[in-house]
Amino acid sequence: MSAPTTYRQPVSRLWWLKKRTYFLFVMRELSSVFVAWFAVFLMIMVVAIGRGEASYQSFLSWAASPIVVVVNIVALAFLVLHTVTWFALTPQAMVVRGPGGRWVPRIKEVSVAGRRVPAATVVRVGGRVPAGMVIASQYAGLIVVSAFVVWLVLR
Amino acid sequence: MADSIQMNVTRYDPDQDSAPTVARYEVPLRKDWAILDGLNYIKDHVDGSLSYRWSCRMGICGSCGMNIDGEPKLTCAAFLSDYAPGPIRVEPLSNFPVARDLVVDIGDFMEKLPRVKPWIVRDDVTVIDGEYLQTPEELEEYKQFSNCINCMLCYAACPIYGLEPDFIGPAAIALAERYDLDSRDRGQRERLDILIEKEGVWGCTFVGECTKVCPKHVDPAGAIQRYKLKAAQENVMAFLLPRGTR
Repeated sequence: MSAPTTYRQPVSRLWWLKKRTYFLFVMRELSSVFVAWFAVFLMIMVVAIGRGEASYQSFLSWAASPIVVVVNIVALAFLVLHTVTWFALTPQAMVVRGPGGRWVPRIKEVSVAGRRVPAATVVRVGGRVPAGMVIASQYAGLIVVSAFVVWLVLR
Repeated sequence: MADSIQMNVTRYDPDQDSAPTVARYEVPLRKDWAILDGLNYIKDHVDGSLSYRWSCRMGICGSCGMNIDGEPKLTCAAFLSDYAPGPIRVEPLSNFPVARDLVVDIGDFMEKLPRVKPWIVRDDVTVIDGEYLQTPEELEEYKQFSNCINCMLCYAACPIYGLEPDFIGPAAIALAERYDLDSRDRGQRERLDILIEKEGVWGCTFVGECTKVCPKHVDPAGAIQRYKLKAAQENVMAFLLPRGTR
């Protein structure tokens, strides 16, 4: 008896438009391009400042041109999406343990010279910081860093 | 409430059809009927040739997963009345080859699952001399991941698995994490060797849909990202330490 034939369900090229969550995911991935753009933009600015007053003035007039302003507005929107979505995902990806946790002994196997050998270690259990607090502390950190940058620029 | 609802069910006979077709059935709309009850009604009263998997009817066996209106669901836990007035689209789980009607070939998952050694690895014990003790606190560390019922809804929800069938997938990694976090286990190193590969955790781009569809709130996406952290630490260590100690 031959093996039964199965039907392979095709994946549409537009799979990412089929669900809101898929679309948001693809937009989040795309946002990294705009993060890179802002890094490049800042580097261009730093180089311009380094070259002196005239160069900085021509950077400013380039940065004020409609096309650059539009690109930067779009980039800012993607940066906000990037920040909000990644901050929201952090507690899922990272276990942050607070004062409620404690260290317990644990034996783990480690690789030494290609052989697996047991090794005594300690791991932390319990005391997981609630997701809301992890997210809130990231925003707090963002505010502190932003305030420092504002102070640095305006002082 | 209307007294019946239409179910648009995918039919596929590998001996006759080159591609699946859709059959339309009217089933009684009862408040206490799940999609699975609707399918059972069709099989018992309308067309006995309809094929689908099911067993426990109480969200434990993990065999009745199907795509309902495009969303992977356990059909025993999705109610007809929630989809009124219908019609309800009932399709086989996406990303798996269809064997017949609503039955998918799960061979790929069954081959991948044991690769991550989802059991307690203890080479040092040959005779069981009593129980391995564990505190409630240590149990709590992995309990969430141990609720997986292998229903494969997460594989159907994962676009990466659809595009890259070599990806080991959400449930297998969540189960690897379940045993890694178990205080009685010593198999972390062996599992890491499997999952540190490209088809392992690095295939995942954190779409997060696996966690959303999981009927047991296992959070495979969380498990995968935690595993990535471990794999990244391992890569850094391998880079920093002299070759002989690896």
